[in-house]
Amino acid sequence: MSQLSSRHLLGLEDTPESDITLILNTAETFSEVIERTIKKVPTLRGITIVNLFYEPSTRTRISFELAEKRLSADTVNFSTSTSSVKKGESLRDTVQNIEAMKIDMAVVRHSSPGAPYFLTNCMDANIINAGDGSHEHPTQALLDMFTMRRKYGRLKGLRVLLVGDVKHSRVIRSNLWGLQTMGADVALCGPSTLLPREVEQFGCDVYTNLDEALEGVDVVNVMRIQLERQQAGLFPSQREYTNLFGLTKHRLKRLNKNFTIMHPGPINRGVEISSEVADSENSVILEQVTNGQAVRMAVLYLLSGRKEELA
Amino acid sequence: MTAGPNIILTDKKISRALTRISHEILERNSGAESIVIIGILTRGAVLAKRIAATIKELEGVEVPVGLMDISLYRDDVHSKLEQPIVQRTDILFEIRDKNVILIDDVLYTGRTVRAALDQMVDFGRARTIQLAVLVDRGHKELPIRADYVGANIPTAMDDQVVVNVSELDGKDEVYVKKANEKNG
Amino acid sequence: MVTNKFDGAIRGGKVIDPEFGFGKDATILINDGKIAGIEIESPELKKQIEKLPKDKIVDASGKLVVPGLVDIHVHLREPGREDEETVVSGCRAAAAGGFTTICCMPNTTPRIDSQEAVKFVQDRAKDADARVFVVGAITKNIEGKELAEIGDLVKVGAVAITDDGNYVQNPEIMRRAMEYSRMFDIPVMEHAEDQFLSVGSVMNESFQSTRLGLPGTPSVAEEIAVLRDIALSRLTGARIHIQHISTKEAVEAIRTAKKEGLRVTCEATPHHLILTDEEIGKEFNTNLRVNPPLRSARDRDAVIEGLIDGTIDCIASDHAPHSAEEKDCEFDQAPPGMIGLETTLGLIKAFLIDKGLLSWADAIRKMTISPAKILDLNCGTLAVGAEADITIIDPDKQWTVKPKEFFSLSRNTPFDGYKLSAQVYKTILGGRIVFEK
Repeated sequence: MSQLSSRHLLGLEDTPESDITLILNTAETFSEVIERTIKKVPTLRGITIVNLFYEPSTRTRISFELAEKRLSADTVNFSTSTSSVKKGESLRDTVQNIEAMKIDMAVVRHSSPGAPYFLTNCMDANIINAGDGSHEHPTQALLDMFTMRRKYGRLKGLRVLLVGDVKHSRVIRSNLWGLQTMGADVALCGPSTLLPREVEQFGCDVYTNLDEALEGVDVVNVMRIQLERQQAGLFPSQREYTNLFGLTKHRLKRLNKNFTIMHPGPINRGVEISSEVADSENSVILEQVTNGQAVRMAVLYLLSGRKEELA
Repeated sequence: MTAGPNIILTDKKISRALTRISHEILERNSGAESIVIIGILTRGAVLAKRIAATIKELEGVEVPVGLMDISLYRDDVHSKLEQPIVQRTDILFEIRDKNVILIDDVLYTGRTVRAALDQMVDFGRARTIQLAVLVDRGHKELPIRADYVGANIPTAMDDQVVVNVSELDGKDEVYVKKANEKNG
Repeated sequence: MVTNKFDGAIRGGKVIDPEFGFGKDATILINDGKIAGIEIESPELKKQIEKLPKDKIVDASGKLVVPGLVDIHVHLREPGREDEETVVSGCRAAAAGGFTTICCMPNTTPRIDSQEAVKFVQDRAKDADARVFVVGAITKNIEGKELAEIGDLVKVGAVAITDDGNYVQNPEIMRRAMEYSRMFDIPVMEHAEDQFLSVGSVMNESFQSTRLGLPGTPSVAEEIAVLRDIALSRLTGARIHIQHISTKEAVEAIRTAKKEGLRVTCEATPHHLILTDEEIGKEFNTNLRVNPPLRSARDRDAVIEGLIDGTIDCIASDHAPHSAEEKDCEFDQAPPGMIGLETTLGLIKAFLIDKGLLSWADAIRKMTISPAKILDLNCGTLAVGAEADITIIDPDKQWTVKPKEFFSLSRNTPFDGYKLSAQVYKTILGGRIVFEK
């Protein structure tokens, strides 16, 4: 397969293995490009990309913007908060206005699950989901998988533990689906109030005890815990969360040899992960950021110019 | 149905052409010291390795060989339905102040070479860039000509020139597939 | 047999009047807008009928002739959102869907919590294509704080009370409402949803909400609300009617309460009988956002079972119009609700009758006499002397749902493009044809 089966990247739940493999393979090329002195290729010259950010995000936006610029695309940013939009223009009107300026691709971050899907009915541009509420964040999961594959040479058979707020984490959902598609063995761990209803139907091991969960694991991907969840009464205190779910050095003993620590950032040091662990030699947290460039370039490259859905 | 394909170059002729090109390269650049060779993927890369091997036989010098994938630099990526599989560009040496010999199998419109030149700029400033091709088939759309040519083969616009190399295809040969044979 | 005087006749159809168990070819005679008789045609009667002017005879051969359908859960958006539905447009949609009687909910703007508001709607409905009965509010402004002037509302014709859209969260207020309602012997209709458990939610809580990352409301929010109201009904002796029941446990609770002899009734909507929350993830279609939310298959199956065994007394559409603009947005930003007057009959036929789950007679009962009895409405029957509210159905006619052709001012249905069976052939209100295909 030399092209993706879809002209949008909305999520990984239905993305076939061949597409994920193609994206990861293509990302290898781009990771070589960004090591060059001149980190720029002319591939997307003449393509205009809008970054539609309806939710505050610095990291993801910068990562996409840099990826776009390194592919020589023209980029424009539209940042606003959902609450301010609520009072005014509808999402459809906003994006149709933007598309009238002849946009080829749109990178979308929005607080409503399904918003990127909605946009595919509003505009002709290729849509890339950069995070929709608690639903999906496919490029983050792809870069996580890329990072794992680079280290282990494979994804199949790896035991990957995703720790944190399973209920609200789009990174966990996308990682879970992507990794399952690629044949990894995924497990989830988090406080029972943050495990969503019927979570066992994901078909993976689910733990509420971190020490048990860490047993025999190759990769631990730790999620940021949003402190407003505590205010919503989903766990009693930050202190207790750290005691029960914080990844500290003494807990690492249970992991497999040659284990890997990941975190999609931004990190709450000393809350879900200790500084010692985050900065240890098994941590690939900064490599994830670098790889995010290559993966996003690959996604942009593979989707650009795709006009019609394959049958 | 007519008889088999119209063979233009047999394995012997290909071998002779590559040897001749190797000699010409050495002559023009006064030896092998300043030379680096870059082959354009996929078949140009095979030919690059052969030319480097010939030069080693002739001069005893190991010339650096790099591989270049020009997909990212093409100006027709978005107009084609099927997108190329991106392979790695692999140039592990400095090209600054070197005489770069760019090698491809067929020179046709010149767009591949333009893309390769474009990418070369991103790696640094070469002293010269020279182009060697096994077949020059005409129909140039850009002002690009080869410095070293294995064979000039005039073709019709919609003919297909097929280059087979033993490393990838089992045997060495070049033939022309006529447009009206496509459905055959 | 003595044939009464008549000025119109519907001939040749198969008549189903659930109250009298009629189920054969018969002629309905109409006189002065009322039913004058249902008879097997004798040669003599035939002669008499053929003396009538042509436009007074309806040929219903091959059709079903049933009492005009009754929908006790309809949102007419007048006053307040006349762009979405008016009393007149809602009645036209009702007629097109075969309904001759509808009950409208009080959550308009302003709310129907005063005599003036009740009279306003009644006035608008005077010459409309369906009979409209008004359901008043339980509490002032539907805020769940102070009782509305229920006596006043009943005096001018409110047939029941509800705060539909909101649950009367405070049990003390609900207790008073039930006690108070007994003085007028009207049912208290309840939107059963514990709103502490459902805060912020936009769909059912299940693996589907887990998949989609959308906040869900657990089915227990309905169960708790229903159980509380049953307990309060036992305490107060009030008649209660649970609206749009959607969960297995709530159906079970009502089954038990009925066995106990409590005065509890309930309704189910076509969408809770047919759809599940698995539909949402396919396209995030905002027309699937509804409250109570579409539930899991286990709940849907339990609702069907409840309908079959009589736990659920009637089918009601919960016709809830919303403008295209309001629904053309992100899933979680859309207001809940879907329209149903023009699709209910076809959906029930295609998904329940055709699948052998419900007989025509039972289906018609649950859309006529049964809802009428819940609210003591004088309709839903073809008894001699009753208003000639009659629906004639082409029972196996296939049709495709085309929202653009709806008489409702709104288009928010998830059934766009569905291929249904059974089409309304004619709707007759008080002897007057108000809709014909």
